[in-house]
Amino acid sequence: MSEVSAIAKRLKEKFPKAVTKVKTFRGELTISIDKDYIGKVAEFLYNDKGSDFDYLSDLCGVDKSRLDDSNTFEVVYHLYSLNQNHRVRLKVEIPASNPSIDTVTNVWKTADWHEREAYDMFGIIFEGHPNLERILTPEGFEGYPLRKDYPLKGRQPNSLREVYRKGKE
Amino acid sequence: MTATTTQQLMTINMGPQHPSTHGVLRLILELDGETVVKATPHIGFLHRGVEKLAEYKTYHQFITLTDRLDYLAPMSNNLAYVMAVEKLLDIEAPKRSQYIRIILCELTRISSHLLWLATHALDIGAMTVFFYCFRERETLNDIFEMTAGARMNLSYVRIGGVARDLPDGFVEKVREFVNDFPARLKDYETLLTKNKIWLMRTKDVGVISAEDAINYGLSGPSIRGSGVKWDVRKSEPYSSYDEMDFIVPVGQNGDVYDRYIVRIEEMRQSNEIVRQAMDTIPKGEFIADIPDVALPQKENLKKSMESLIHHFKIITDGICPPAGEVYSCVEAPKGELGFYIVSDGTKNPYRIKIRPPSFVNLEGLQKMIEGRLLADVVAVIGSLDIVLGEIDR
Repeated sequence: MSEVSAIAKRLKEKFPKAVTKVKTFRGELTISIDKDYIGKVAEFLYNDKGSDFDYLSDLCGVDKSRLDDSNTFEVVYHLYSLNQNHRVRLKVEIPASNPSIDTVTNVWKTADWHEREAYDMFGIIFEGHPNLERILTPEGFEGYPLRKDYPLKGRQPNSLREVYRKGKE
Repeated sequence: MTATTTQQLMTINMGPQHPSTHGVLRLILELDGETVVKATPHIGFLHRGVEKLAEYKTYHQFITLTDRLDYLAPMSNNLAYVMAVEKLLDIEAPKRSQYIRIILCELTRISSHLLWLATHALDIGAMTVFFYCFRERETLNDIFEMTAGARMNLSYVRIGGVARDLPDGFVEKVREFVNDFPARLKDYETLLTKNKIWLMRTKDVGVISAEDAINYGLSGPSIRGSGVKWDVRKSEPYSSYDEMDFIVPVGQNGDVYDRYIVRIEEMRQSNEIVRQAMDTIPKGEFIADIPDVALPQKENLKKSMESLIHHFKIITDGICPPAGEVYSCVEAPKGELGFYIVSDGTKNPYRIKIRPPSFVNLEGLQKMIEGRLLADVVAVIGSLDIVLGEIDR
């Protein structure tokens, strides 16, 4: 436990302005990071011998608009260190009106598809991503299905049907 | 042939309807002669929006949807999800149910690996193994049927325990399987491990180094084939795995052959884990007695008014875990299967993110087959053991 909180401490020393909040819930450490610093923080956590986060377990988006009235999205990173066997969760808040954030594909290559999925589902733009395209939904899909304002039984406009019909002929 | 024609690249489409893509994977291959220059996977043909659906289900209802992710190992999916909910609720399942979970998870691991071996060998041209593996899978499916009532989509794990206790005759049937299985494994190995054709098709094919494997986020047998000794069951033991004695097999070269060897050895280890768990399974309750979250035992509904009320309340109202967020992962047959749950304190999860191992493992495919021959593509896809159900969700 102490070594986990040491990560937050070291991160705070290195980037005093980057860390906005540190929280522990059910033994899991969550560090909120300022949007502008995510690239640097990712690189630091990857290279720093003490934290050594060589493995990106997961990266996903969360639409927080129904959780509070902030109208923000969140990008959540789950990091793991194979050598030190510890985990940390990074969270970055970004405004829903302009959802863009720096990519971390230059640090962990696995982030490629995760970021594409977050783009597909939430419309979050990852600046510097090599190939930011939709991944799970079909070509010509409109809207971002995991946003809270997208209905459960969302119908696609005619455009998509036309895409299908053209394919049939 | 002139120099210009050899420079020409040909783009071909493999899948989504192709027997060796194990479902509906589509690969766009750019070929220079028979050499793969670039491979671009296209996924999403099986996308059902499970994560969106989760936001409209109660915590109990979602268990059945998890079966449909990696449909070859439903128990691991159930367990990964339920453990995340249990972590959110801060409860622990009784010891006996933890052992039951171990036994069934390891049996599904064997079952999943058997299907992998059967189809992988069939892809490369070894027909006999297919029939042998399906014979053993049949026994396993019978065991699942007598335990959970279903052969494929078990939905057997419940929040706080499992659905019901092990049935009569279970122990004898599993013991018989566990005693027979090592000899059966030997049969498969006789057919493949030193088979010259098998070696030529798998040795030094689809190589990925340990550093790349980590950076690409591979997990499970796919990363262990590259020599990275990492297994969630050992590094972050859950559900009493720390009481089991087993080894984590690793490969050296990170090729198709090493991933094959790792999975074969894993089956042997799983078999031993089942044996140990059967020998030491404690007596006691199979589901925790926490009336407001865990379903009461089905038998009690007929006798006890209170159980009936609790059952009715949980089914109709659902449960409301505290607001917060957790990430919990297990070692599924394919690798690290994680669930990230954000709760807002209501009966529906606010957000569920599934971290499917196959999705991430498939990402490494491009790295493994660039510069290789077209025929190797089939061998490499097989060695990753992907299931499109969990890739597309």
